[in-house]
Amino acid sequence: MLGLEKKDTRLFLIVIGLTMLAPFLLNPFPEGSEMAQFNAGYPDLMQRFVIFGIFAIGFNILFGLTGYLSFGHAAFLGVGSYAAMWMFKLFGMNVVPALLLSVVLSGLFAVLIGYISLRRSGIYFSILTLAFAMMSYALAYSVLATDMDGPDKQGLMQKGLTGGETGLQLSVQDPRILGAKAGADGNTPVPNFFGIEMRSATEMNVGDWVFTFSAGYYFSAFVMLIAFYISIRIFRSPFGMMLRAIKSNQQRLNYTGLNPKPYMLAAFVVSGMYAGLAGGLMVAMDPLAGPERMFWTASGEVVLMTILGGVGTLIGPVLGAGLIKYMENILSKINSEILHQWFAWMPDGLEDLVVTLIYPFIGKGWHLTLGLMFMAVVIFLPGGLVEGGQRIMAALRGRKAKDKKSDADADVKPAE
Amino acid sequence: MDAILLQILNGLDKGSAYALIALGLTLIFGTLGVVNFAHGALFMLGAFCAVTLNNILSLSHEIVDETQTDFLGNPLRVEVPYIYDWFGPEVGASIIEWSVPLAILFSIPIMIAVGFIMERGLIKHFYKRPHADQILVTFGLAIVLQEIIKYFYGANPIPTPAPPAFTGSFDFGTMLGFEPGTIIYPYWRLVYFFFAMIIIAGVFAFLQFTTFGMVVRAGMADRETVGLLGINIDKRFTIMFAIAACVAGLAGVMYTPINSPNYHMGMDFLVLSFVVVVVGGMGSLPGAVLAGFLLGILESFASMRQVVDLLPGINQIIIYLVAIIILLTRPRGLMGRKGVMED
Repeated sequence: MLGLEKKDTRLFLIVIGLTMLAPFLLNPFPEGSEMAQFNAGYPDLMQRFVIFGIFAIGFNILFGLTGYLSFGHAAFLGVGSYAAMWMFKLFGMNVVPALLLSVVLSGLFAVLIGYISLRRSGIYFSILTLAFAMMSYALAYSVLATDMDGPDKQGLMQKGLTGGETGLQLSVQDPRILGAKAGADGNTPVPNFFGIEMRSATEMNVGDWVFTFSAGYYFSAFVMLIAFYISIRIFRSPFGMMLRAIKSNQQRLNYTGLNPKPYMLAAFVVSGMYAGLAGGLMVAMDPLAGPERMFWTASGEVVLMTILGGVGTLIGPVLGAGLIKYMENILSKINSEILHQWFAWMPDGLEDLVVTLIYPFIGKGWHLTLGLMFMAVVIFLPGGLVEGGQRIMAALRGRKAKDKKSDADADVKPAE
Repeated sequence: MDAILLQILNGLDKGSAYALIALGLTLIFGTLGVVNFAHGALFMLGAFCAVTLNNILSLSHEIVDETQTDFLGNPLRVEVPYIYDWFGPEVGASIIEWSVPLAILFSIPIMIAVGFIMERGLIKHFYKRPHADQILVTFGLAIVLQEIIKYFYGANPIPTPAPPAFTGSFDFGTMLGFEPGTIIYPYWRLVYFFFAMIIIAGVFAFLQFTTFGMVVRAGMADRETVGLLGINIDKRFTIMFAIAACVAGLAGVMYTPINSPNYHMGMDFLVLSFVVVVVGGMGSLPGAVLAGFLLGILESFASMRQVVDLLPGINQIIIYLVAIIILLTRPRGLMGRKGVMED
């Protein structure tokens, strides 16, 4: 289908199914039940799953295929956000031109940064990208926020190009030459896709379950599916093979008379465009853009996602993004009272002990769990969750099949 | 002239911190070949050693003070640190006030132990893995360490004052014949600078003038040959890791009065220290120290008003800008050796 191999078609269909049915699948517990807090089927979180999925897919094209570890990818996320925001402010609330501008601008930005950073490899490349991202952050935070044309010349409500610390926000005074200045209710208008508002959602009640279908989520999901499809095609293309050759032995590539630089720059730009797309989508879902999206912790987060899910695998980054966002939003909500409820059946002393032992790892301490998980993955499962899944499957299929599989694995690098 | 001198002085304390962290990073990189992203966390752990010692020294018990009464006429209950009981109130109070310098002694065994456990428990297994894996696992470790600290000490900065003898500032300018009041410099920053100089000199002397240091230097140059000569170089490198951890920890201990420690201070410094290491030249100890001070001073020059007026925002990006320029024009950094981290 669509020029994909059989295996990839199956994977793609599974991903399509999962994303389309996500409002059901992520809401397995009935409303009002004690387990309802583990439901992740609300639009805000589902949107984050797919948006960070796009970000991680893009990052994986660079890191998974070429092995160049960029520690500054959030810069493109930030550029994409600002670009989409300006499109909303100056032209209109349709998300399509906004996303286009985010992709194009972040792509141009990636050409600039990539051209310089890719002159060096290894840790130097990481430091260079980090330095560029931190520079962008500092500039967005301070310099670009100073108004050079005097205060509010165009009636814009923010300072300078980026709005500094507060970031960019929509306002009813924005010019918006191709759209209404204010929504029907007189507030700031909502981003829309040719009239379909991103915020609109329908609810469906089935028994005790409440499923929410949000236009924003399905729009982002479609964008993610397209992004995912493109990434499969890149992985299977001669271009992808070239990138893998760069990862395994760049010198040999040089000796065969091929110049790896243009390929790497292309990979860097593509992955920057993915990040910009993710940034633009974030703004389309929630019209806000601030400099903190460019901070190096944001770059670190996408590294975590990709590694956790599985570097160089197709589906890994999406899984990693989903897992981290789930933990961030669900695990962090559990507090000690809920824990006490869960372990109420234990004898009193034991209950307190168990709660005290678990407490540091949940709630506000979810980062600790994340850090430990991440370390465990890097140490024991360099292929991430995907490799873990493959190993479990292999173990289930029995020993004989496993031997066969490990033979196959020896040929196929984890970058598959 | 006085303004320039003031900026140089201002850059010294931050430069000292950069230099100390970068020195430790380079030691680890030069000996073990490991890129340690958890080094900032070690700096932070050192700072929290000082906080912990302060807390331990101020452990108190409640007694009834008959000489004081509250507004109802009842005897007042006051908290008295145990240390007052043991050494008398005056000596006790000064011990608490001097907790930051005392924390140097307190932190050395802790940091050596932490460094030892880290190397033997985790990093040992990553010698043969790619640099990207080393970066990632130490990055994870840094997150874990800083979250543990956050759990026990909270997210807010904890002010830890310097001993009263070193609080306040002195007029440095008058000593050099400038107008009074032009160059005011806090005592503690000067202490920090001299402390950093002593540590750096100590590390260099240790490497240069002891047999142990000689073996380590030989190992840095050619690990295999040293191993073939029947020397257990791994053991020595582990000790060097512990020393590097200790250097970072001490830098953190002494930095607490300058900047109240919080759980993410390590990461803030780490990002810059990596830039410092790269500018200095990966694997070059003098380069790391030189680049640390250089970038610290450059940063403070860039935050001068005249400079900021001329180039707005330059103070925020100067370090990164310098790093980019240096990496592109002198790929090995200021004093980098050939063949280090070059694939």
